[in-house]
Amino acid sequence: MNQPFHAAIRQVNEQVIIDLQGDINALVNQELQVVYEQAEKGMTRTILLNFEKVSYINSTGIAMIVGLLAKARQSQHKMAACGLSDHYIEIFDITRLTDYIKVYVDEPSALLELRSQINAQM
Amino acid sequence: MGSWLKRAKEVLTGRSADVPAPWSSSDSTGSNDILTIEVDISPSDPLLPYLTSMNGVVYLSNLDLDSPAVQYFRQAGIKILIPFVNQGELIGLMSLGPRRSEQEYSTDDRQYLATLATQASPALRIALLVKRQRSEERERERIEQELRVARVVQETLLPKNVPNLPNWQISAHWQPARAVSGDFYDFISFPDGKLGLIIADVTDKGVPAALVMATTRNTLRSAAERLVFPGQVLAETNNLLCPDMPMSMFVTCLYAILDPVNGHLIYANAGHPPPYQRGQNELIELRARGMPLGLIPDSVYEEKEARLHPGESMMMYSDGLLEAHNPEGEMFGLLRIRELMVTPECGEKRIQHMLSELSRFTSSDWEQEDDVTFVCLDMLSYPYGNVNSSDEKVERLLAEYTIPSEPGNERIAMEQVAEAIQSLSLPPKRLERVKTAVAEATMNAIEHGNQYRTDTPVNIHVIVSKNQLKVEVMDYGGGMHLPEPDTADLESKILGLQSPRGWGRFLIKKLTDEMNDYTDGVHHTLELIFNLPEDQV
Repeated sequence: MNQPFHAAIRQVNEQVIIDLQGDINALVNQELQVVYEQAEKGMTRTILLNFEKVSYINSTGIAMIVGLLAKARQSQHKMAACGLSDHYIEIFDITRLTDYIKVYVDEPSALLELRSQINAQM
Repeated sequence: MGSWLKRAKEVLTGRSADVPAPWSSSDSTGSNDILTIEVDISPSDPLLPYLTSMNGVVYLSNLDLDSPAVQYFRQAGIKILIPFVNQGELIGLMSLGPRRSEQEYSTDDRQYLATLATQASPALRIALLVKRQRSEERERERIEQELRVARVVQETLLPKNVPNLPNWQISAHWQPARAVSGDFYDFISFPDGKLGLIIADVTDKGVPAALVMATTRNTLRSAAERLVFPGQVLAETNNLLCPDMPMSMFVTCLYAILDPVNGHLIYANAGHPPPYQRGQNELIELRARGMPLGLIPDSVYEEKEARLHPGESMMMYSDGLLEAHNPEGEMFGLLRIRELMVTPECGEKRIQHMLSELSRFTSSDWEQEDDVTFVCLDMLSYPYGNVNSSDEKVERLLAEYTIPSEPGNERIAMEQVAEAIQSLSLPPKRLERVKTAVAEATMNAIEHGNQYRTDTPVNIHVIVSKNQLKVEVMDYGGGMHLPEPDTADLESKILGLQSPRGWGRFLIKKLTDEMNDYTDGVHHTLELIFNLPEDQV
């Protein structure tokens, strides 16, 4: 029933991606924090959270994402998300996370858009 | 016999002694010359053994006894005493003053008087026995009358009627072995719709047991109206009864609280025979540990839970049924009770069936040894009714779950509810909303309501009506402060002005059409309501 959580960092060109997998709940906080701190060390302004393999996010998981947002604000990073199911997009809308996290349908569209933003800034 | 009676009359027409008040009484016989005196003679007065051993007339002037009675008789002017002795027992005494002629009693006089005493003694004994019998009869009638009144009073302490709950059949039977009983049963209706059920048995029978019964019944009621958990109620009742419980007496008692909506039972037992639950395919003995009431102060009473489903029943009974004997000395026993429980009858029919089986077992001339009491509960159907009804308010219980209060178990609840509502064919988006709302409600119940206590599960009911899906999530956090669901603010959380947590109730509120909190002080129920299109169900 419960899906084990796993988080890993992946870099595609200049973009740092955190691949999330399984259930995001109170049990995964420590692992998520460690991975996020590593991600911040990468040479990127935007950290992309990939939810494609996430099966479940509860309100504690939402709280952890809010915690990451607070950290990102302090370190002047931006956050983006991709691969969210329609339901969790709705949850992000309800909680207004979408005001702070740009949500893309999938990873290719996210990478394309983020790349164009980088190019525009250069 | 005629001659000595005639002679006796002549003797007795002599002057009788006046008897002074206050320690004696006189009773006129109708003649001015004969006076019957009644004298209280102390059992230790030496006159009594002396008279018992004597035959015939005793002259007071000849007695040399240190006897208050002798002194009294002398002061009263008595001259002679004639003891009436029968079967070695002094049963009467005739006392006479001096003769009117002022002559001494002659030998003939003394002989006649002695013969009178000898002849009259058996008749006097019979008369005394008859008098005593009549007196005992009057006393017995008085006691029986008092017992009849006591029984009427005791019956007022029993419920006048069994509770009338929709979709439940409740029946009870109380049969004292004597005029009054130490057994009793009681029903307590609580404001939240739950029903308290009590069956108790005081050791011994008759009046002493009935007096303890009345005290126990009132103490239990008082505790049940103030406390919520059955174990607490029994513990408090026990502590209140202990100081005043007569030696060698105690009370066995079973106390259960029924939620008629879902058949949930929570119960505790103070040494009473455990009730039986008749399930769909099995008979379960509902055991819970606890000492009888009134024995040991500060006793602890284990609480257990059970659930009755439609078609299932529970029977509480006293040991008078269990221990009834037939003429061969065989006990009715648990096996027969178990057999009675699996018969298809319910309610009053089951009571009648049980009574006829008991009567058949014990035979017609059975002298009931102990009080017999039983209470039966039958769940006929869920009170939610039939979903096909045109009444949109009629509800049907689709499913119910008990979820252990362990981290992560909200996912189990979410999946189980999703499975239960599969038949509703909700649109995927709607289904996901239901699942998340249920998960969040369950998570709050596990974490905040029950604080991960393993002995307090989360109970979930999935109820559907014509145009609504309702999910009730109940925990044991009644009376706790509940955060307002609308206060979660993302900006404040990002800026650290609010805890990053606190999204649960916010999400539930947003994902449901209606969210309601109910509490009874012990339980907290979060009701999630989702409106359904008319063609949904």
